[in-house]
Amino acid sequence: MRAPLVAAVVLVAAGCGAAGDGGTGGDGTELTVFAAASLAGPFEQVAETFEAEHEGVRVRLSLAGSSDLVAQVEAGAPADVLATADEETMQRLVDADLADGDPVPFAANRLQLAVPPGNPAGVRSLADLARPGLALVLCAPEVPCGAASARLAGAAGVTLSPVSEERSVTDVLAKVTSGEADAGLVYATDVLAAGDAVEGIALADEGVAPNVYPVVPVAGADEPGLAADFVALLTGPTGQRALADAGFLPARGGR
Amino acid sequence: MRRPAAAHVGVPRWLYLPALLGAGVVLLPLVALLLRTPWADFWGLVTSEASRDALGLSLRTATASTVVCVLLGTPMAVVLARTDFRGQGLLRALVLLPLVLPPVVGGIALLYTFGRRGLLGRTFEVLGVQVAFSTTAVVLAQVFVALPFLVVSLEGALRSAGQRYEVVAASLGARPTTVLRRVTLPLVLPGLVSGAVLAFARSLGEFGATLTFAGSLQGVTRTLPLEIYLRRETDADAAVALSLVLVAVAVLVVGLTRQAGRAR
Repeated sequence: MRAPLVAAVVLVAAGCGAAGDGGTGGDGTELTVFAAASLAGPFEQVAETFEAEHEGVRVRLSLAGSSDLVAQVEAGAPADVLATADEETMQRLVDADLADGDPVPFAANRLQLAVPPGNPAGVRSLADLARPGLALVLCAPEVPCGAASARLAGAAGVTLSPVSEERSVTDVLAKVTSGEADAGLVYATDVLAAGDAVEGIALADEGVAPNVYPVVPVAGADEPGLAADFVALLTGPTGQRALADAGFLPARGGR
Repeated sequence: MRRPAAAHVGVPRWLYLPALLGAGVVLLPLVALLLRTPWADFWGLVTSEASRDALGLSLRTATASTVVCVLLGTPMAVVLARTDFRGQGLLRALVLLPLVLPPVVGGIALLYTFGRRGLLGRTFEVLGVQVAFSTTAVVLAQVFVALPFLVVSLEGALRSAGQRYEVVAASLGARPTTVLRRVTLPLVLPGLVSGAVLAFARSLGEFGATLTFAGSLQGVTRTLPLEIYLRRETDADAAVALSLVLVAVAVLVVGLTRQAGRAR
């Protein structure tokens, strides 16, 4: 009985000590960053660099679908920074007066064709996707990746009839990696993250602009100074390098 | 059911507080859903084309699944309740596994069985049957999760009914099939009905296995729960209105099973 009690006291004391040491980054020591799920890899890297540069500050990453994240912030979730996968979703935060300043575009993402290893259906282009009997899986038009797929198909003049419309890019990818689907439209970064489980086929852009990812400090954040620092790090060389490594395009002037 | 006329023993008074709290945990979210329902547009939201497609598909697939559950589950329950063989306990536990298994795990298991690269996928492909992304896949997923409900319910009814009448019928010269048809099944009919209603309700609510295994396409595989999940993204009002439709169906189902239980 006594040993756990002692351990608990020691832990609490240690926790207080750590908090006391970390006063350099402001009174609190935690920065909460809400980010679209596709940003997981590069944001973990940026968070690590941020923690190294700001002694005593811990970055908490909350990764989910952009719509869910905006809904959570609207409901009062304690976020300091929000990064979404498209500008339409970010606009909802701006409209709700919850953005501290104008959102800054920091990355872009293009759609790619994902096929199972070996490309059993021999799909090469967007036009191939209209072939009858092909098991094509897309995102539903209600979610950002589905809206992007519809824009691309529209611009190319191709009518797509998917066998399934999923709610997220990861669901599309899962149908391809399991071999149930012959092809799926996902983001280039998803193909890169999936490794050997899928093959990616780059598509002509058909004049359609890529998806732009904006970031903004959340109004009324507990750590407005740290939030601004995080946005600066993300849009600076460190953040841009991490994003490029993960397959993201630069936000402006990128093709 | 007859109750013994024993003296009434009260419960300790402090028990009411956690009991009320428990009831609140269950009922409060339902109240919140009611309060959030957009009553003004309710009818329009639940009768839109996508909503009607989803509701129609849900009702059709849940009915088909219930029929399959009755056809396969009744023999299972009779075998489990009326026979005795080595490993029966283990078999029962395994067959009832989907009851406690997360549905998404069921979906993955189904994928590796009936999917294109699955255990039986090749066989189906040779036969020209494409299970993946079809309404058949939805029904398979629903049967997988709902079958144990029917088996548990019916086996319980069979055991509590006992074998007295069956023994009498057999001693009068009735063959096993006649005993089953004329004595056993009529005797446990209320149990069969409540089991079927439960299986129907479980099929109607099926989400995880369907999403993982069957995909999501309007009118083909996108059942009501999948439609709610998708709509939540852009049209929260529609999601809430459709949720209420499922709650109403659930209330109806609970009422029906209570009726069936009383008739026993």
